[in-house]
Amino acid sequence: MTQDDLPAVFSDFNPLEDKMLQIIDKEGEMIRKDLMPELDDAFIVDAYRQMLYERTADEMAVSYQRQGRMYTFTPNLGQEAIHIAAGMNIRHEDWLVPAFREMGTLLSKGVTMKEMFLFYLGNEWGGSFQQAHHTLPIAISIGTQLQHATGIGYSVKYRKKDETVFTFIGDGGTSEGDFSEALNFAGVWQVPVIFTVQNNQYAISVPVQKQTNSINLAVKSVAFGIPGIKVDGNDFFAMYLAYKTAAEHARSGRGPVLIEALTYRLGAHTTSDDPSKYRKKEEEQLWGKSDPLIRLKRYMQDAGIWSIDEEQLREQYKAEIDREFTAAEDEKSYPLEDVFRHMYSDMPDELRRQKSEYEQFLSWKERRG
Amino acid sequence: MSVMTMVKAINNALDIKLKEDENIVIYGEDVGVEGGVFRVTEGLQQKYGTERVFDSPLAESGIVGTALGMAVSGLRPVVELQFEGFTFPAFNQILSNVARIQNRSRGKYKAPMVIRFPYGGGVNALEHHSDSPEALFAHIPGLKVVIPSTPHDAKGMMIAALESNDPIIFMEPKRIYRAIKQEVPDEKYTLPLDKARVVQEGSDITLVAFGAMVRECQKAIVMAEEAGISVELIDLRSIYPIDREAIRTSVRKTGRMIVVAEAHESFSVGSELLAIANEEAFLYLEAPPRRVGGFDTIVPLAQGEPYYIISPDRIFYEIEKTIHF
Repeated sequence: MTQDDLPAVFSDFNPLEDKMLQIIDKEGEMIRKDLMPELDDAFIVDAYRQMLYERTADEMAVSYQRQGRMYTFTPNLGQEAIHIAAGMNIRHEDWLVPAFREMGTLLSKGVTMKEMFLFYLGNEWGGSFQQAHHTLPIAISIGTQLQHATGIGYSVKYRKKDETVFTFIGDGGTSEGDFSEALNFAGVWQVPVIFTVQNNQYAISVPVQKQTNSINLAVKSVAFGIPGIKVDGNDFFAMYLAYKTAAEHARSGRGPVLIEALTYRLGAHTTSDDPSKYRKKEEEQLWGKSDPLIRLKRYMQDAGIWSIDEEQLREQYKAEIDREFTAAEDEKSYPLEDVFRHMYSDMPDELRRQKSEYEQFLSWKERRG
Repeated sequence: MSVMTMVKAINNALDIKLKEDENIVIYGEDVGVEGGVFRVTEGLQQKYGTERVFDSPLAESGIVGTALGMAVSGLRPVVELQFEGFTFPAFNQILSNVARIQNRSRGKYKAPMVIRFPYGGGVNALEHHSDSPEALFAHIPGLKVVIPSTPHDAKGMMIAALESNDPIIFMEPKRIYRAIKQEVPDEKYTLPLDKARVVQEGSDITLVAFGAMVRECQKAIVMAEEAGISVELIDLRSIYPIDREAIRTSVRKTGRMIVVAEAHESFSVGSELLAIANEEAFLYLEAPPRRVGGFDTIVPLAQGEPYYIISPDRIFYEIEKTIHF
């Protein structure tokens, strides 16, 4: 890979020098006006609304889980700028190959809140994202999804389709062999895949410093001969620019891109996890100041484009989200058929036999009363 | 009709389907220029180009994981893992994703792909080149696992695998890759991927085998017939789903069963077949069904392998023991 192959913005932020793309600082102050993407006011307001929606849904989900109405949930708190910036750059025909902490991006792709809740209520129909075009189900097995994204990239290139693949992994996932294999294959095949590492500092309780001895995670792209960039993941504008640039690069047939989005998981890994065991309050507070919503809001206020009645909007979202959750909760029927039906295209006799034996047991149970 | 080895028959099947379906792509380490270490894909790259038949980086998880991505987005990848012992780095992708994507997506995405690799012992190979891991794959819900024992079956089963919408583990008994030659139709035909084949009928005992062991059983049957024992031989062909009906019918008829499979005996396909014999034919049994297989040890290197390999006389010995139980 030569300098000429790099997307323009990327060449100024060499991960080998540990540079990071940032457009507004932690106070929401514009520090790189020259890099600011041209976005009209309504677009920025819309971005904020989407981030606020994800934030509200997240808080509601944690609350439902605490009330014992929902199973384990993986909060997205603090990572909304990445999700919405990606979502605003994904087109209908593009592919989304998620890990499990990209709720905002999934919603942008057409996944419904009800589906998200269904998944966390333990129903596969929720996680299958039936209505979202070119969107793969949530991958729990760490890092494996990157390989699928690369394979889709090959398929897109082979079929000469104008489709781009967006895929995500966490900082811990970069230690998996599949991360390296996927990037290597993508580099060799020169396929249109945008890899995002959401570096939220922790893989459950293990800090990123114990995960790698690299100076950052974007630098890993260098070994695979693909462009990489470290971006302030809590800066919506920086993330937006990174995705826009990466997408132009991939869509013009110049191959894959790796984006490290430096962020912080403000919440727990999952609702079963207790970060107070491995994180200091001060650290959380420090990162809390870099909250992507607060930063974008400050920017908007300073720029005089803040037009949101936040309290009212949150109430409206809460009511919407609650309707979606209740609808998911009300969907109680989970027929035995669903356990067997999607294992194969045609159900093998052996599965028919097992299903039928269980049905006989059920009718015995019913007769017995 | 042409006389073909199993290598040629599989090559022929791939050739027919590559021509017919442009969504089929073949890749893996060495499959392109060299045509695979056993030459199964020989000549296909020259014929179909490097976009469709190509050498990939050497990483089994990557080969299988990317194939799944291709499969869910409209292609039908056929990947070669060079030896069965090298399938293990790909196991996470196979078990966690390939076998599950259809269920995980409630049928929205399917994984029409074939993972093919040579397996089994008897060729004096290095470590990791003589294993028989069919039970490991068969134990994973969502996969179909098949093993041909003849060139004719290999062609028909491979074409069926390439037309299946489910992921197929296609295991090729390397020991008989070139050892058997057979008349094979030149045109396209398919064989079901869930049916056993009755190789020969008999009345005293049922032998169930697959892959290279079918031929060893045939040799043992010659010895048994000389001793006046009538043997029915079933080639299982499909490891999962298993053809329960074929086992039921035969064992009810003969009342005796021996499973011959080169894998380690414990928790094996043989164990499964014994369970089926018990469930389906318990009252017809005149002797306990038995497994004849490899030890629960690492397959020995060449010098020790003769102990491990199942020979025709050992099969005959087990037949006699069961007959005279």
